[in-house]
Amino acid sequence: MATGAVESLPVTYNYKVVRQFAVMTVFWGIVGMGIGVWIAAQLAWPALNFDLPWTSFGRLRPLHTNAVIFAFGGSALFATSYYVVQRTCQARLMSDRLAAFTFWGWQAVIVAAAITLPMGLTSSKEYAELEWPIDILLAIVWITYAIVFFGTIMRRQVEHIYVANWFFGAFIVTVSILHVVNSAALPVTMTKSYSAYAGAVDAMVQWWYGHNAVGFFLTAGFLGMMYYFVPKQAERPVYSYRLSIVHFWALISIYIWAGPHHLHYTALPDWAQSLGMVMSLILLAPSWGGMINGIMTLSGAWDKLKDDPILRFLVVSLSFYGMSTFEGPMMAIKTVNSLSHYTDWTIGHVHSGALGWVAMISIGSLYHLFPKLFGKEQMYSVALINLHFWMSTIGTVLYIASMWVNGIMQGLMWRAYNEDGTLTYTFVESVVASHPGYIVRMIGGLIFFTGMLVMAYNVWMTTRRDVAVSITQPETVVATV
Amino acid sequence: MDINDLRGLSTLFMLVTFIGLVVWAYGRKQKKTFDDAANLPFADAEVAERTRSEVLDHE
Repeated sequence: MATGAVESLPVTYNYKVVRQFAVMTVFWGIVGMGIGVWIAAQLAWPALNFDLPWTSFGRLRPLHTNAVIFAFGGSALFATSYYVVQRTCQARLMSDRLAAFTFWGWQAVIVAAAITLPMGLTSSKEYAELEWPIDILLAIVWITYAIVFFGTIMRRQVEHIYVANWFFGAFIVTVSILHVVNSAALPVTMTKSYSAYAGAVDAMVQWWYGHNAVGFFLTAGFLGMMYYFVPKQAERPVYSYRLSIVHFWALISIYIWAGPHHLHYTALPDWAQSLGMVMSLILLAPSWGGMINGIMTLSGAWDKLKDDPILRFLVVSLSFYGMSTFEGPMMAIKTVNSLSHYTDWTIGHVHSGALGWVAMISIGSLYHLFPKLFGKEQMYSVALINLHFWMSTIGTVLYIASMWVNGIMQGLMWRAYNEDGTLTYTFVESVVASHPGYIVRMIGGLIFFTGMLVMAYNVWMTTRRDVAVSITQPETVVATV
Repeated sequence: MDINDLRGLSTLFMLVTFIGLVVWAYGRKQKKTFDDAANLPFADAEVAERTRSEVLDHE
């Protein structure tokens, strides 16, 4: 550990791999969200599955989730973690070659997913659908990622490991454990395997994996982003570094227990359900601690929000994070869950986290990143960032509001009894009643998706060498809209 | 003493560890370290600038 040592060679950062992952984040975002809009439209107008097996909802839905979580979210996490670890350790990535391997390996996993999932090849585990040969490739890529990341931390030129790296590190370590344990399977052929676990144990392992994919992939990693890009864009250090330490340890030690809330009122033992519920409720505290730490970083500089749409992306993402981490514990309460589970409320909750938090903090971070990666002072058009911000916000609000209405309505219709004990509504009546909500959801998703196209254009113009983007403007001046 | 005592104790152990963590993090001793650490995102201007000129030269 080179504490105090003076490096003789002038160090530069490896921006190449960050650039590659950053560009692919936008690309996979468009693909993944585009499929999302398509399957949302299928739920409103089922004929859009074209009566083909490859384009049926059951096959495209896992393709959508894999594309947005692992291709879009994953590429964003690779890009930002490689960038942040270098900049806060003041060291170049441990190995350019291994870093390049993680890029091409990760893209190969995504392409393999895009081929096998529409073919109907699946292990049927939610968010872990890929069959065993792809799982093995994924594990190799992920372990290489861990080597590059921690190897870079070991080469750091500063004594302290910045808090963002703690979150990225926890995300990398935990996801490798989750993936290896949950994907343990007995292969039968190249394209078919059976889980190593059976019955309720299999369900518990799956949701231990599933909820910690939320907790570590979709939360800890993106909190790493938050702890670097919010202070950086606001040009002031994080509100409380001490709180960030308590936040880290509390969050990672509690999240790991919350999985059973996905299995309320199932064959899972009752005590395990209650444990999952209680741990989910406690989880509110560290979640909000982190959100407050991020938002309060702007304390005394709120006026920056007026002019800077990038900061707006980051802060609104934290608001959505706060909202969905309040909603989550509430939905984990068994009595609430008996209403909300299996309804569209769950889908709304997931998307308030996925669109509002994960996507918006990634988009904000990327708008901060792209100019730096291509040696420009700022994005090609700040006005287009602002447009994108409003499209994302309105799209997300339409999406989650329609799913709240649908979800609560479905929950109430399914549990309604007549005086003689018969059900008041048939299932199909609840489907018919959901139709308007499905259309609103599709429109919300379409607006969010179109915002990504606006981003792609803005990024393309920023990367072009023949387009000068106010090179003379100093970094400290924030352009007005 | 059976396994359930151990389970109870582990809860107590986690609670004590957590309180210890909070006391340590908010202790006066660590203030300077953490203030410095909080400024790490702003401490690498030189390397960043060198990388920036490299990007402009090579791309």
